[in-house]
Amino acid sequence: MTVAAAPIARLSRRNGLWHFLRRNPTLVGGVVVLVLVALAALAAPLIAGDPIAAKPMNRLKPPSSLNWLGTDQLGRDVWARTVYGARISLVVGVAVASIAMAVGLMIGLLAGFSRAVESVVMRLLDGLMAIPAILLAIAFVSLSRASVPVVVAAIVLPEIPRVVRLVRAVVLSVREQPFVEAAVASGTRLPKILRRHILPATVPPLIVQATYVAASAILIEAALSFLGAGTPPEIPTWGNMIASSRVYLGLAPWTIFGPGLALALVVLAVNLVGDGLRDRLDPRIARRM
Amino acid sequence: MLAFIIRRLLSTVLVMGLVGVFIFLLLHLSPGDPAGIIAGDNATPAQIEAIKTSLGLNDPLHLQFGRWALRVVSGDLGISIFSNVPVATLIAQRVWPTISLAFTTIVLAVLLALAAGVLAAWKAGSLLDRLVMILSVVGFSVPVFVVGYLLIYVFAITLRWLPVQGYVPLAEGFWPWASHLVLPSLALGLAYVALIARITRTAMLDVLAEDYMRTARAKGVATGPMLFKHALKSAGVPIVTVVGIGIALLIGGVVITETVFNLPGIGRLVVDAISKRDYPIIQGVILLFSGVYVIINLLVDLSYTLLDPRIRY
Amino acid sequence: MTAPLLEVEDLKTHFFNEDGVTRAVDGLSFSVAAQETVGIVGESGCGKTVTALSILHLLPPRLGRIVGGRILFEGTDLTRLGERQLRQVRGNRIGMIFQEPMTSLNPVLSIGHQIAEAVRIHKGASAAAARARAQEMLELVRIPDAGRRLDDYPHQFSGGMRQRVMIAMALACDPKMLIADEPTTALDVTIQAQVLKLMLELKAKTGAAIVLITHDLGVVAETCQRVVVMYAGRKVEEAPVKQLFARPAHPYTRGLLASIARGKAGARAKRLREIPGMVPSLREPIHGCAFAPRCAFALEACRLEQPGLAPVAGEPEHQAACLRLPAVLAS
Repeated sequence: MTVAAAPIARLSRRNGLWHFLRRNPTLVGGVVVLVLVALAALAAPLIAGDPIAAKPMNRLKPPSSLNWLGTDQLGRDVWARTVYGARISLVVGVAVASIAMAVGLMIGLLAGFSRAVESVVMRLLDGLMAIPAILLAIAFVSLSRASVPVVVAAIVLPEIPRVVRLVRAVVLSVREQPFVEAAVASGTRLPKILRRHILPATVPPLIVQATYVAASAILIEAALSFLGAGTPPEIPTWGNMIASSRVYLGLAPWTIFGPGLALALVVLAVNLVGDGLRDRLDPRIARRM
Repeated sequence: MLAFIIRRLLSTVLVMGLVGVFIFLLLHLSPGDPAGIIAGDNATPAQIEAIKTSLGLNDPLHLQFGRWALRVVSGDLGISIFSNVPVATLIAQRVWPTISLAFTTIVLAVLLALAAGVLAAWKAGSLLDRLVMILSVVGFSVPVFVVGYLLIYVFAITLRWLPVQGYVPLAEGFWPWASHLVLPSLALGLAYVALIARITRTAMLDVLAEDYMRTARAKGVATGPMLFKHALKSAGVPIVTVVGIGIALLIGGVVITETVFNLPGIGRLVVDAISKRDYPIIQGVILLFSGVYVIINLLVDLSYTLLDPRIRY
Repeated sequence: MTAPLLEVEDLKTHFFNEDGVTRAVDGLSFSVAAQETVGIVGESGCGKTVTALSILHLLPPRLGRIVGGRILFEGTDLTRLGERQLRQVRGNRIGMIFQEPMTSLNPVLSIGHQIAEAVRIHKGASAAAARARAQEMLELVRIPDAGRRLDDYPHQFSGGMRQRVMIAMALACDPKMLIADEPTTALDVTIQAQVLKLMLELKAKTGAAIVLITHDLGVVAETCQRVVVMYAGRKVEEAPVKQLFARPAHPYTRGLLASIARGKAGARAKRLREIPGMVPSLREPIHGCAFAPRCAFALEACRLEQPGLAPVAGEPEHQAACLRLPAVLAS
């Protein structure tokens, strides 16, 4: 009698780009959208036309083949302004994420290793976190001359605590691991332990957190511009486009929804990338794949 | 338990103290000369000097802080540079629209989010579940003012179901008051709903897989009580935590929402102060809102003992 | 002879997931008379727990399904009932207790509330009446200081006490039958004895029948009147308890009994005797006798057709599913 054969185990994970695409549609979709937006922003002078030229004769025209997203109250091309607006949003997003990650990483590492630093820093962060991010950014900007670096600095400040907490948590959990204790016992010096064990462990959650910080930064920058507390009004940003065209909501909704939908799309794409990365990089979830 | 409350209260005081220090330092450490900026581009040196003196900016730092801290604690939040009215008075005049907005938003958002999260967890994997998850990512990504204008365009301008903007005090009738708050609450609360719905779904999924849910089913408990009495309460702690943390989103969004919908509340006060660089107002409002946030989170921590009897301080 | 309280006829319960179908219970039939204690015994994975869950239809909603057979309880076919009607049976006419007392009680509701809930749902009692009944039940299961402990939470009770609370909860509405799925497996040995003793006392008091699921033959010997032995989702032997232990008929049962360490004076085995081989996978349909690959008595015929139940000579209530019964009994 033959023993019933077990079904052939589906052990082989078919690797390859197509398989990756099918398994992570949202991650890929988000990346594609962002790449397209970034390329458009870079190539703005080539593809978009003039964002500043005002043609009062042409004001408040609905979308047409000439003006893809219509014109605003000063006759400016909304499509061009939207594309140029992407520059600020993307630059702010990337800048805030990078700086917040770098600063947060340094402080977090210190806090993870030194009790003294930890107790002081965590308390300070508690205080900082109690202030709603937008208000803190508003306060910062209102005390300085408005410019892109100031806006970036204003948004970085409230984002740092989250990163520090994350890094500290990772450091604390990695330090407990037996292999780290073994390394210390065998005489490995601190910089090497940092480089070989601690830092690699911080990278995956930091990358995920970076995307969420970027999304948050883009939203805050837009809010600041909308409220008049952002970059100088001469530079078109999605926030100030919406703010200046507010009264025309009923007459010319495209002036508001052009930049509005662009904003929503970009932030959504970043969030989806973040979710996708988290699902892949978090070992508990990735194992189920 | 009492010891815990006292410890937490002290910790709260410490945090508020730190907030005060930050706000204070911000004024003094930000790039540029604050008095010069406040005075504006056309100010004469004499005017700048006058502002400096009125703000006490020429005295040693710790003295300034001490004076300022004492004033704040006794309720004096400074005086508006522009209008010369005490900040506390300005805030008091505009507090009701903001409280109304906050109240309706929180109530609507929590009810909606709990319902969505529970439903999504109950029917995990179904179309409804996917829909809730997608809507929650979208809801978290669209900025408040875009949602606001979208709602106004659809419901107020096109369909004319609701008023476009403005605020009507409760004293003038329930429906006028409520109808002016529906759209603002939806706009402000959307991101909050998304956040809470997600955590509700996750927490409920964990709880529904527990053995004691099977015991309840074996006892003959109906679906409704199973989901809400047995499961939701058990999932309460992480949900309530997020409800507390999410208030920060609401506070930040209030400023934007009141601008979009023209509500004469504290948020609008801040926005007006931005353009005039009326820093005492900004400072006062930040202190107020931070205080509210900290107290709410303290209440959240205390609520844990009510939700989960295993947690005893 | 009066109709049995519970009659399971050719029950088939399958689990469906992306890897295929698992035939957890594959044609099981047995019956339980009123006030009788029947044990269902077998190793892990033989389908005994799934059988218990099938009776009250407590299978995981999308994964498990009863695909065939009938379950008649007091004349009603439970497999034909909708969820609403099943809810009227659960906790009311049939009570059930589970294996893990540490995780089977809701941590955020007081135990008084959890016991009273069953009474409120099924008997429509007022809150006060239900609470009184809950206290009565706690006293019945010998929880000291019952009145005060009604407002306590599960984490304030030990494992053995929690199991007693579970029993109190299951019996609160005076069910005709109690299903106990490995009720003592997760408890300390000393506590095990207490809980079993309690269950028997309560049975005597309330007149409920008990279906006791266990892998522990010792428990069966102490508490059950009749035993059903399961293997790979099927029944292989059924007998009154004394007869099963005195004269096991099926090769599997014999193997089980032989593998228990017994301190027989003068006949000490140096090594526990195990049954060679492994339980067959339930993913594939099994042809012939499920135990044949591991059976010392197996013939070609055993692998071709599934043996029906044959009575053991001289013991009309003793049956075994084996084609080679006379040979086995003779050895």
